[in-house]
Formats: sequence, C-alpha cells, structure tokens
Amino acid sequence: MLRIHDEISIVLGGSAGQGIQTIESLLMAALKSQGYHVFATKEYMSRIRGGSNSTEIRITSQKRAAYAKRIDVLFPLDEGVLTHLAKRISSKTLVLADTKLLKKKYAHAILDVPFSRMAKEFGNPVLSNTIAVGVVLGMMKVEMADFEATLRKLFGRKGEEMVKKNIEAGEAGYKLGQHLAFLQGLDIQIPRRKQKQEDLLLSGSDALGLGVVAAQCNFIASYPMSPGTTLLTFLAQVGQRLGIAVEQAEDEIAAINMALGASYAGARAIVTTSGGGFALMEEGVSLAGMIETPIVIHIAQRPGPATGLPTRTEQADLNLSLYSGHGEFPRAIFTPGSPEEMFEAGQMAFQIADRYQSPVFILTDQYLLDAVGNVSEKDLKRLPMKHMIVKTKKDYLRYTLTEDGISPRGIPGFGEGLVIVDSDEHTQDGHLTEDLEMRVKMMDKRMKKADGMRKEVLKPVAGGAKQGNIVVVGWGSTKGAITEGLENSKREDIRMLHFKQVYPLPKHLETYFEDAEKTIIIENNFTGQFANLLKQEGVKVTDTILKYDGEPFCVEELTKIFKGL
Amino acid sequence: MANTQQFDMPHDTDIAWCPGCGNYPLLIILKMALAELGIAPENLVTVSGIGQAAKAPHYFRGHVFNGLHGRALPPATAIKAVNPSLTVIAESGDGDTYGEGGNHFIHTIRRNPDITNLVHNNMVYGLTKGQASPTSEKGMVTPIQVAGVTMEPFNPVSTAIALDASFVARVFVGNVVQAKEIIKQAILWEGYALVDVFQPCVVYNKINTYQWFKENTYALPEEYDPTDRQAAFAKSIETEKLPLGVIYTNSSKKTFESQLFTAGSALYTKRFDEQAFSDLLHSKR
Ligand SMILES: Cc1ncc(C[n+]2csc(CCOP(=O)(O)OP(=O)(O)O)c2C)c(N)n1
Repeated sequence: MLRIHDEISIVLGGSAGQGIQTIESLLMAALKSQGYHVFATKEYMSRIRGGSNSTEIRITSQKRAAYAKRIDVLFPLDEGVLTHLAKRISSKTLVLADTKLLKKKYAHAILDVPFSRMAKEFGNPVLSNTIAVGVVLGMMKVEMADFEATLRKLFGRKGEEMVKKNIEAGEAGYKLGQHLAFLQGLDIQIPRRKQKQEDLLLSGSDALGLGVVAAQCNFIASYPMSPGTTLLTFLAQVGQRLGIAVEQAEDEIAAINMALGASYAGARAIVTTSGGGFALMEEGVSLAGMIETPIVIHIAQRPGPATGLPTRTEQADLNLSLYSGHGEFPRAIFTPGSPEEMFEAGQMAFQIADRYQSPVFILTDQYLLDAVGNVSEKDLKRLPMKHMIVKTKKDYLRYTLTEDGISPRGIPGFGEGLVIVDSDEHTQDGHLTEDLEMRVKMMDKRMKKADGMRKEVLKPVAGGAKQGNIVVVGWGSTKGAITEGLENSKREDIRMLHFKQVYPLPKHLETYFEDAEKTIIIENNFTGQFANLLKQEGVKVTDTILKYDGEPFCVEELTKIFKGL
Repeated sequence: MANTQQFDMPHDTDIAWCPGCGNYPLLIILKMALAELGIAPENLVTVSGIGQAAKAPHYFRGHVFNGLHGRALPPATAIKAVNPSLTVIAESGDGDTYGEGGNHFIHTIRRNPDITNLVHNNMVYGLTKGQASPTSEKGMVTPIQVAGVTMEPFNPVSTAIALDASFVARVFVGNVVQAKEIIKQAILWEGYALVDVFQPCVVYNKINTYQWFKENTYALPEEYDPTDRQAAFAKSIETEKLPLGVIYTNSSKKTFESQLFTAGSALYTKRFDEQAFSDLLHSKR
C-alpha cells in the first residue's frame, strides 16, 4: 500500500513540443476548480525543440509556493527524462509511462500506460494528453463531472466534436487511473477546500502583468530576452483591449530611451529585460535620474555572467540594479516573492516612480515568473493610482526647487508652459548650466527625494516562528521555499524576514534584528549580495546560505538546513 | 516674412557655440521655418542628443528633451506616439545621429514616425575637439586619425533611400532660402523626414569650409522627380558635386504612431478601462 496524504508531487517530463504544457494546463485547471491548491514549476533547456524539460505540479491541501525535489508520480514522455531526473527519482516514485516510448529497459519499476495506443483508438494522437490527465484524476478520485466541465471550458472553442472526443478520452484515462490505483494499492488523500473555488490560476508573469496593467501602464518598449520577454508578450496580448502602446525596439538602448520619451510626454512607461539587456540600458537609467522622469524597469534575473544559463534562475543582479547608472540619484528596488506580491510590486513601482520622478526596479527571476499557482482574487490588492502630472502655467519651471525635492511635473502640450528637460546639469527652467552653485542645489534637490522614498518602503514580511533568536532572511523568489522549509523543520526559534523591497531599506532597520543571535541570509547567488547590503546598513550578518547552480532552493534542502541550525 | 520673436530666448542666454559656427545660420533658418508654418512653441518638442549641435534646442523657445549622446530618435519617436498632436523635431550632429545612434537611425527610418530629423552635418566631432565623424572625408587628419581617416564616409542619404525612407533631403546652411523651404516641407511631411544639413565647423574642420560646401554642392533642378527611387539613389551616390534639395520621397507609407493600439489622442487624456481590466482578471479563472 502506497499512501500519499496531504500533498502529491507530480512531474511531467519530456522534450520541448511533446505536450507537457497542455497536460499541465489541463491538470492545473481541473484541480484548481476542485478546490485543491496547485503550484507548478518548470525547468527547461534553452532550445526550441527537443532537450529534456520538466514541470512539477504540486497538489496540496495547504497553499504552497515552492519547488520540491521529491517526485511522487512521474510521467516521462520519453526516455531522456529518466536520466535527466535520475537524482529525483526514488524507490517511492511511481513512474507511469507508455513503455512503447521508452527504447531500453530502465532500472526503475515502470507501470505501463499505453497512452499512445489508447489515443490512436480514439482517432487522434493529441488525445494522449487528455488521457494522461484522466489517469491522474482517476488515481486521485476527483469527480469526473468536474473534469468534464474543465474539458468543455478548455476545448469549447474547438467545437462540440472535439469536446466529445476529449471527454471520451478523459474518461478512459480516468478509469485506467482508478484501476491502476487499485492494483498498486495506491491511497491518495489530499484534503481540498469544500466550496468550489473561483481562484485565478496565475504565473508569476501573469501576476506581474496584471499589476502593471492595474498601475495603468500604457507604454512598453523592450527588446526580447528570456526570461524578461514574458511581460512584453503579456502586455502585447492585452494592449489592444487596454490601450497600451507596445513596441519591440531595435535594442535595449532604444527601448529605455523610448520609454523615457514616452514618460516625458505623459505615458506610464515600463521596460522589461534580463541582466544582459539591462546592462545596455544603464546610461538610460542615469538619464532618468537626471531628467527626473518616471520609469519602471523590470529585470528578470537569470544566471550570468554574460549569456550564462538563459533558461535557469538566479538572484545575482541586485548589485547591478542597485549600482546601475553613472552618477548619484535616488531609486527604489522591489523584489516580490509571490504572485500576490508581484501584483503589488507592479503597482507600487509605478506609484513610487511617478511620485518621486525616478527610476524604479522590479527584480524577479525565471523561477518566480514561470511558476504557476492558484491565487485568490481577494489577495490581489488594488492600490489607488494617483496621477501626478500637473497642468502647466506660462511661467512653469520643470525643476522648481522645493522642500522635499519633488518639482511638480508637467508634460508638453498640457497647459501653457514649456517643459524642458536636459541630461546636462540644468537650472530650474531645465536649460543646461555650468553654474556650480546651481549644480549643488540640483544635486541636493534630487537626492532629497530619497528621504521620501525611504519613508514609503514596503516593510519586510515576517514568517516562521513568532519569536526566536535565529533570523533567516530572504528576498524575492525564495519566500515560498523558506516559509515551507521553516514549517517542515518544526523549529520554534527561527523566524523569517522576507524583503519584498530591498532598496531603500526601512528606517531603523536594526529593530528588525534586535535579540537576533544568528542572522542568516539566503540567496540564489555566489557572493551574498543582499547580505552585503545589509552589512553595509549595519546589520550583523552571521552567515549566508547561497546557491548558484541555476536552480531555485527546494523545500527539502532548506528544511534540512533549518533543522540543523 | 513671419515674425520669429516668439522663438527668441532671453538676451542673456549663454550660447556655447564658437563665433562663425554653422549652427547659427541653421538656428535662424529653423526659427523662420517654424514661424512661417505658424507652429507655436507650446506645441513643439525638440529632442536632441549630445554634442554642440545637440545644444540647439536650448537656444529657441519650445519644449525640450535633451537626452543622451546618440539617442535622440527613440525618445522623439515615443513622444510623437504618446501625443500625436505635438510637432516633434529630432536635432543632433552627424556623430550623434550616424555614429553613436546609427542603429536608431536605421530602425527609425523603418518605423516611420511622423518626426523631422535635422542632422547638423559638419563632418567632424565638434564638442569632443576634432576627431573624425562617420561623415569625415577619407584622409582627413585629426588628433586621433593622425595618418588620416581610413574608413569610407557614411552616406546618410543613400542609406535612407536604401531603407525607403519617406522623406530624404539635404541642404546647406549657406543656401538660406532653399534650406528654409525644405525644412518647412520636412516638418509638414507626414512620416519620418531626414534633412541632412551641411554646415561648417570653423574650428575643427579645415577641409569642409563654407567655401568648400559652396563649390562642391549644387541645387537639384526644378524638374527633378524625387519619387523615382532608383534615380534618387543614383543622385545620392554622386561624388563630383553633392546635390542639395529633396532627393527622395515616398508618400505611401503609414506612420508608426497611426498603427499603435493607442493611435489617436494623447495618452495622458485617456481613461483607464476598469471593465477591460476586470475582464482580463477573470479570464485567468
Ligand atoms: C555615451 C557617450 N559617449 C561619448 C560622449 C562624448 N561626446 C559628446 S559629443 C560627441 C560627438 C559630437 O559630435 P557630433 O555629434 O558630430 O556633434 P558636434 O559637436 O560636431 O555638433 C561625443 C563623442 C558622450 N557624451 N556620451
């Protein structure tokens, strides 16, 4: 008897183009609507077809947002998967495969599921995906009626005939699943929420895209680079309906300079890229600081240096964004750790950029952007969007010296004034100057905005034990794994601080670390960039837990580390 | 002649150009063209990069976006896209536009925003003190090209025609009337309009002087047909004497901004569509 209670980890593996994506969406949609919590993560190779890729779907009784190494059920769509995932397959892993697809004998016990033959019997090889989904649902004993509804929703567009075929194939898979569970003595019991859920199913990219749309963004210019492209695609897909100007620029330099022109003329502008592309944008960041024009910059991190590992994950561009651009000027950096925080960061970034007329960063990574999970709509908080543009009068001065450093921002064509911005040092009217006293006044004015920004920071989120003199610190995408690892460790003396904004840091940062005997920073990079930033701000960092193999932290490794602290 | 006063800056404006610089006549010509077209400073945005030429927008009244070296065209394109009712001019030097900004030059032509691109072509880097520019003649000796320039000069006119730019012209600041008329046409033109402006750098370019431009250019005759692309290309590669005038036009092209999702009114006037947002959110159920 194989018992799987509370949660199950199902992994689909194959080469690109084999339909993993279809199985994933079907399964996620069917299970989500049943009231299960679902969380899927992907890992894939940098190629269009072939390679060995996999998706893990965790079906859990509680909401989870982390990658687990353990595999309960594996569906290898080809042989390569078994080698590719060898380290994750244990004696407890149930491997379900169409043995026809596997060329040689394999060490692990494999349950033969003749997907392709069954699909052929239904007259369409594509149906093997639906059969596979049916098998899982049958094993889990979910209601067939709900599965039918999901199939109807997903295939409705393709006509009644297609819906019927899929339902038939799904049913066949479902029965097979029940049968296999019986034969194997498999007992899967994952409690689900009673009432049917209207949860959203969101990838990190979706959540960020929705946040950016909710921030009333109406201009994006960018140049494709994984994993930053997904935001560009998202906005392009919805641009017509929501009134967003979308342009693929000739390079990243053009992208940020376009976005700044757009913002100057009154648009709410964003650029999206990855580290390498951002390196090309740096001069533009400095320009934004000088001309005090709002701009939101999304950097989707992947392992560097240079081209690095294009489809893997890392958190090594904190320093790049923190120190980017020559000269000195204020900035803010948001580092969301969940879809809900992605939605928040999208809005906050625009608000802070607009209010302080400064460059604002959203730092994410491949893992976080690609991860998909169910999200309750009520956890997506809308922030009031206040537009800061003023109508100009005849004597308007773009860079009026003010108490808080913020000069009312006009735009050309709205009011009677002239809006003059210059990348050279300038006077209050915006014209270039070489007057050194004015230089000092303007520097002071610009830097004063940093004080305001610091007053509005998003505070770190607490987790783990209520109290405890061991503090583990994360930022960005590590949140889910740290949270779950702490829970599994059952330690009552370790608390978590997760920073969804890493710059500026809150005033009186030290109060968060009072009575901490150990302060341990967890990051997906080699040098401990956030640890170093915290040290610089006076935090006594005792240790770091670092990972830079291109993979996110998994629950098991953090659990083990936390147990041993 | 229209009154150019509304474009005048205060008398105490500190102008950073050398006495006798070719930028002065272009400034006067541009002000005249704008005044004759009845364009109000409040409706005009001039975008520039960095260089002596790129300081021009500080010396006449209007909105200004003085950005980075080589990067005038991307913001100019976006400003026009975001508020199509504005008249947008991108104005910079030859080094800025054809060198540092070469990639933007190519792709802005392809994109075809309705902007005017004035390139002060003095065939040298002025602000950085006399190095070769992309349009410097072969053999020109500079503090860096000590044995003379070895690269072929960049030909912006033939490049623009090769890319089927919508309006391509070349003028010389010594020909005030022609230059003004052509700049007016370029501003009125719907689509990207390149005006390569010959003008001397009296300090650093001892080859391409006022006299040289006079002797080495000629005005295209009245009957010249700028719509014939092959003929225009042939004109653009003439070397004996360089033609001045509107060399090529293609009026069949759509502008960049007219094809955006947001085409029409200025973005800042548009309201957020709550219904569309809510539909989008619920499509993720
Ligand atoms: C990124 C960058 N590189 C280099 C420079 C230095 N720079 C300023 S202007 C200029 C060239 C100016 O030549 P041109 O565009 O022909 O204008 P001119 O001064 O002759 O009018 C250079 C290289 C700079 N400002 N920025």
